Amino acid sequence: MEIVRSQREPTHAAASTTSAKLSFYRFAPALEVRLEDFELYAIDRLRVLQGISDGLSRGKKPEEMEKLVTELWRAHMRHQDPSEVMNKDIISHFVLRLVYCRTDELRKWFLSMETSLFRYRFRLESPESQRSLMSEFQLPYKAISRAEFETVKEKLNQVARSIGQSLNADTLFFKAPFEEVPELFAGRRVFLQKGFAYVAMHQVVSLVATQFRSNLSKCLVLTNRKWTSTIRDTERDRLAPIIEALSTGYLGPDYSQPKNSAEISLKDINGLASSSFPLCMRHLFDKLRETHHLKHGGRMQLGLFLKGVGLRLEDALLFWKSEFSQKVLQIVGAERFDKEYAYSIRHNYGKEGKRTDYTPYSCQKVISSTPSTGDHHGCPYRHFRTDAVQISLVQNFPTAFVAAFVVYAHLLHPSAITSSLFDCFLTSLSGLAPDDLIYFNSEENLRAALTKMGVCGRSVDGILDKVRNKHYQIACTLTFEAVHDAPYDSGINHPNQYFDASRKILQNKMEST
Amino acid sequence: MSKDENLVEDEMQIDQHDSDRPQKNVPDGFSEDYLKVYYGKLFPCVDIYRWLSYGNDGKHPACDQSYFGRREFSFTLENDIYLRFLSFNNVVEMESSIRKKCPFKIDIGPVYTVDPAKRRAYAQGGNNVFSPIERELVFDIDMSDYDDVRYCCSGADVCLDCWPLMNVAIKVLDMSLREDFGFNHILWVYSGRRGVHCWVCDGRARRLRDEQRASIAEYFHVNKGGENNAKKVNLTGAVLHPFLARSYTEVLKDSFEKKMLLSQKLFASEDRFQKILQIIPDDSIASELLDKWQGNRRSSISKEDVNVSRWEQLKHVLQSGKHKVQGLRRCVEEIIFTYTFPRLDMEVSKHMNHLLKAPFCVHPKTGRICVPIDPNDCDDFDPTTVPTLSQLIEELNMSNKRSESEEDWERTSLRKSIEIFRSFLSALLKSCKKEMNSNVRQSTDARNW
Repeated sequence: MEIVRSQREPTHAAASTTSAKLSFYRFAPALEVRLEDFELYAIDRLRVLQGISDGLSRGKKPEEMEKLVTELWRAHMRHQDPSEVMNKDIISHFVLRLVYCRTDELRKWFLSMETSLFRYRFRLESPESQRSLMSEFQLPYKAISRAEFETVKEKLNQVARSIGQSLNADTLFFKAPFEEVPELFAGRRVFLQKGFAYVAMHQVVSLVATQFRSNLSKCLVLTNRKWTSTIRDTERDRLAPIIEALSTGYLGPDYSQPKNSAEISLKDINGLASSSFPLCMRHLFDKLRETHHLKHGGRMQLGLFLKGVGLRLEDALLFWKSEFSQKVLQIVGAERFDKEYAYSIRHNYGKEGKRTDYTPYSCQKVISSTPSTGDHHGCPYRHFRTDAVQISLVQNFPTAFVAAFVVYAHLLHPSAITSSLFDCFLTSLSGLAPDDLIYFNSEENLRAALTKMGVCGRSVDGILDKVRNKHYQIACTLTFEAVHDAPYDSGINHPNQYFDASRKILQNKMEST
Repeated sequence: MSKDENLVEDEMQIDQHDSDRPQKNVPDGFSEDYLKVYYGKLFPCVDIYRWLSYGNDGKHPACDQSYFGRREFSFTLENDIYLRFLSFNNVVEMESSIRKKCPFKIDIGPVYTVDPAKRRAYAQGGNNVFSPIERELVFDIDMSDYDDVRYCCSGADVCLDCWPLMNVAIKVLDMSLREDFGFNHILWVYSGRRGVHCWVCDGRARRLRDEQRASIAEYFHVNKGGENNAKKVNLTGAVLHPFLARSYTEVLKDSFEKKMLLSQKLFASEDRFQKILQIIPDDSIASELLDKWQGNRRSSISKEDVNVSRWEQLKHVLQSGKHKVQGLRRCVEEIIFTYTFPRLDMEVSKHMNHLLKAPFCVHPKTGRICVPIDPNDCDDFDPTTVPTLSQLIEELNMSNKRSESEEDWERTSLRKSIEIFRSFLSALLKSCKKEMNSNVRQSTDARNW
């Protein structure tokens, strides 16, 4: 692929001799791509992949996913020039390969989403189209002849009936060496004869997806090698910055410039915190009010959020000063406060030093932060722990000591450990793995926090279920929906997005009454 | 044993006593001195070398001279000293090492990418270049896994009443490996005490990856569920998969009804038939039968074996179609599968680097030789008469060489076993040569089929 700066028209893919709409992405196309398209195509494809990720996390069934994929593809991957659609598909895929090849976690995510995308798009093709795609992809499955079908028909029927399916005369069968279809024969879902498996058309889809996945997996490793050895350096000034930006995965507005009309004043803050702050910011806010102090991580996360929400610098300075005055100011004194804390607040607003206007953190950034003891920032759905988490280390200690520790922790953080939890803890001390303990405690905390926000019991269960499966942003979205009693299909990607959406709903409610 | 042999044995004992040699407290049939003689004169080292070389020991242009040297062996010495990652460049090295170290057990591992003895040199750089590349597909069937369905013995013991379960396993697996998977070169070996091992030696089998081996083991996995499941076999679906159906009609049904039912007296007492009744998903049917049989009520004039008659009653009730309860459809088959279908040790088959005992080893606890079993003849195999180490040494001492060219094993009970092994070997080597010829002719492309 050649990437060019000019306004030159991109040439058509040399390999598009097929009328098929799907690609196996075996080889980078011999195309010229404009730099702008390089980024834009990738962003559009990323929207599709994130939509798929979202749908899967929400537990959508295959039929719903098929529908979702169709919609996402139609919404983002079209092109004014119909002959360009295929190019956009291929180019965007290869750009994202560069973006997502660089760490194991990125590769895993990309592999999953692209395979899902491919699987659903393949399913949507007609059987004839699927057949031709398979021969085009050079997959090791051969359609069997009519004559051969007749010889094994009875056995094929037997297999179908044994797995609760039926055979009709039109069911197409493929033959493959048994090594190619381990999952199918392990479950006795295919007929084996002399080393070959007879695979029905509908079973083929999963095979094709498996081939796709293994091919892509190998390619990603190769791409990564190429990236680290050559591309990263040669493209330091041109493509690398684009790639870096794309890999954060956040595609929404950055909330660095709040809309003027949405400025908020200090007196509104308390009310806004209870009604429209996402849990992460609400928690920070409450802790600040409670302890009159926040450590650096918390000041950054909350401070930038407030900036995005519309708090002016002067008001921000007043806000932090008034909070800190009750504790910190007495210790450090006004002068030091101005020097250190005020300086960093002004720094966030771009009035000091580099004068960069820092942008409020996206969910991705918040989730991936690493709060430690005494910190209150991060994503509560991920990070909510009490100091009791250290109990995991204490499990080896004698029970009496642990009991004392638990009581101590309870006194320090009354909300952390309820008495029922305390009892459970003592009786179930033996036989629990350290992970069980951590898990148990963090759920109680989170449950309490959600209840405080006004989420009802059943919704809390659903949210905790998502948390267990590490779908933190979905959990936050569900919280939003529960608190505002309204659906929110877009999914939360940014704390300020939560705030804006909340304000919108509440204002609509006010206007309608 | 004949009178003469008895005499010889007594004489030998007297001899030992007279020479004041310290009496070693070893199980009957096994002794370290005998083992030395065995490795010196009887153990078919050359044949095993030829087997594991798969044709690479010749002068054929396609031969890989490094192949045998990359195979891992492990020796278990006296006092449980365990030597791993041993390798030999040729048969002379192997033979002399075995004779010198006199291992109580020899295990065979995979062929690695490089000589296992040099593996540390290749462990640098994180890129794991020391990895298994070929290994026979193996299965291990152990009689102790059948303890819940046999009453004649338990644990380490086997007898002629329960051994038929091994024959069932051999037949079912052998047939499937050949018919379904297309394998041809399959070696069955008595494990020396209470089970059998299976070595599938086709090239295609040796090149299987872990995932595919696990899938094959899963294909053979029918008895599932742990200690707490009364019902371990679930045959859902309107009909059985062809593999299961064939196993049932050709092996399992007769084995159950004509052999195991009677030899294990499966309905003779309450705790025994309760176990079977537990498999029936319908409580009313189970209790109906329980009532009939409890207190050993039966017609006093009936001459028929109680197990047979009760089994017929059970079948009649389940298959009469009177009770339209779900799950009853396959109940008769499920019972038969539970009591007879092969039970593999899944872990043995799943991993390429699993070590398995070599054929012709001596079992230290029984003294019996791990002899090959001919699958076509397995019904005639008797584990209680497998030659023991001491027996073979006696036979050796008792007779003389009949001709110069004769090999020592030819005048012992090991003869038949070695002949079975050699016929397996010649078929295998023939096909290896064929494969090498075609390798030379064209590059192997897995898709050219």
